[in-house]
Amino acid sequence: MSTRSIVPFGPQHPVLPEPIHLDLVLEDEKVVQAIPSIGFIHRGLEKLVEKKDYNEMLFVAERICGICSYMHGMGYAEAVERTMKVEIPARARYLRTIWAEMSRIHSHLLWLGLQADAFGFESLFMESWRMREKILDMFETSTGGRVIFSVNKVGGQRKDMENSMIQEFVRILDGMDKEIKNISKTFLGDYAVKSRLEGVGVLTKQQAIDLGMVGPFMRASGIALDTRKLGYAAYPDLEFEPIISTVGDSYARTDVRIQEIYQSIDLIRQAASKIPDGDVAVPVKGNPDGEFFMRLEQPRGEAVYYVKGNNTKNLERMRVRTPTFANIPGMIEALKGCQLADVPIIILTIDPCISCTER
Amino acid sequence: MIESIVESILPADLLARALTLKNTGYHIVQMCAVRKPAAYELSYSFAKEYDMINVRFTVAEDDEVVSISNIFAPAFLYENEMRDLFGVKITMINLDYEGNLYRIDTKTPFKN
Repeated sequence: MSTRSIVPFGPQHPVLPEPIHLDLVLEDEKVVQAIPSIGFIHRGLEKLVEKKDYNEMLFVAERICGICSYMHGMGYAEAVERTMKVEIPARARYLRTIWAEMSRIHSHLLWLGLQADAFGFESLFMESWRMREKILDMFETSTGGRVIFSVNKVGGQRKDMENSMIQEFVRILDGMDKEIKNISKTFLGDYAVKSRLEGVGVLTKQQAIDLGMVGPFMRASGIALDTRKLGYAAYPDLEFEPIISTVGDSYARTDVRIQEIYQSIDLIRQAASKIPDGDVAVPVKGNPDGEFFMRLEQPRGEAVYYVKGNNTKNLERMRVRTPTFANIPGMIEALKGCQLADVPIIILTIDPCISCTER
Repeated sequence: MIESIVESILPADLLARALTLKNTGYHIVQMCAVRKPAAYELSYSFAKEYDMINVRFTVAEDDEVVSISNIFAPAFLYENEMRDLFGVKITMINLDYEGNLYRIDTKTPFKN
């Protein structure tokens, strides 16, 4: 007869950069239930709409997350622009796409490093983060910041990039493409790595739908859905298809994220070849009135920005549904039936961002 | 094309509407409360592939709202959040944190 016990996991744990707690119900070494507990770092950022006007709130939105800060600012700006019926210049749409895809590359490389660290492959961790550093350098060159860029604004962009700088970035990314192929061989082909990822935390396509999962976590279970296809920024002008795997395990999630890095590099190449000249912002008059539910594809998956204006300088409500918030039910399901030793790997495969989740 | 469709319903029709959406392949995307004088405006978003429907209803501050977590299991997180931050009285949540989803000193900070 098996022994049933409860093991607390987190909020402080070597594999967790941010705090989340799980009560793991075990039968011997097998997890039969996981009860999540969050709320250690709730900041109440959405409440700040009462004190910050709609332009200042963009800087608050950027501070929701230190990894996809650019995309938070972009999501907020796109939502407010739609309530105000502001059409931004074509060059601004392309700049948003380029910076957003650079954010996706650095987020995925960061995740790959964390994943390597979780299964004890330190040199692979350092190699992933060494490559990520190049993207941060590109951010610093083009925006002046490495974490918070503040280049988005309601109505377009605050900064432009010289076309020569964009071409230089494409040249650097071409070089990175080859380096990423080298680490991909280890992530996807190494026997020891595969033994830690294959068949671990499997979720089916139907489970992914029922649990409302998003992003690479969902696409690795066979759902070809990517909200970039909804047509914001310059994505309608670019050719790409959602990257999926039908296996639904931790290996598939790693594979999807690696393929998405190549896809992002390709999207930047396409955008660099098509970006038009011209202004990067339009003047915005008046205050937001009306409401909009904006969906955009962040590195961890679909985020929803809801803004509601009342024709004053302060929004009535801003609500952010982050990808990790949507992926927690899926993570709980993926943990069921796994071995205790695989819990850190499965938690990491949703690429959790708790600061985003709690806001 | 990103559209923002809002469908207004009566609070009493919530479960029936949620069940219909579930049976036609929709999943829950988000749930959001907006503070109104002595009331809450609640918006529940459901998606099926790229289509999204936002179902909206208004409840008085003291009225109870039945949880949809028995229809859409992931709803429990959103419902606990609305209750913690706004004080929306949601009942029958399948995983009920009883006001302790967020470890915050101020009760229902978004209510006032």
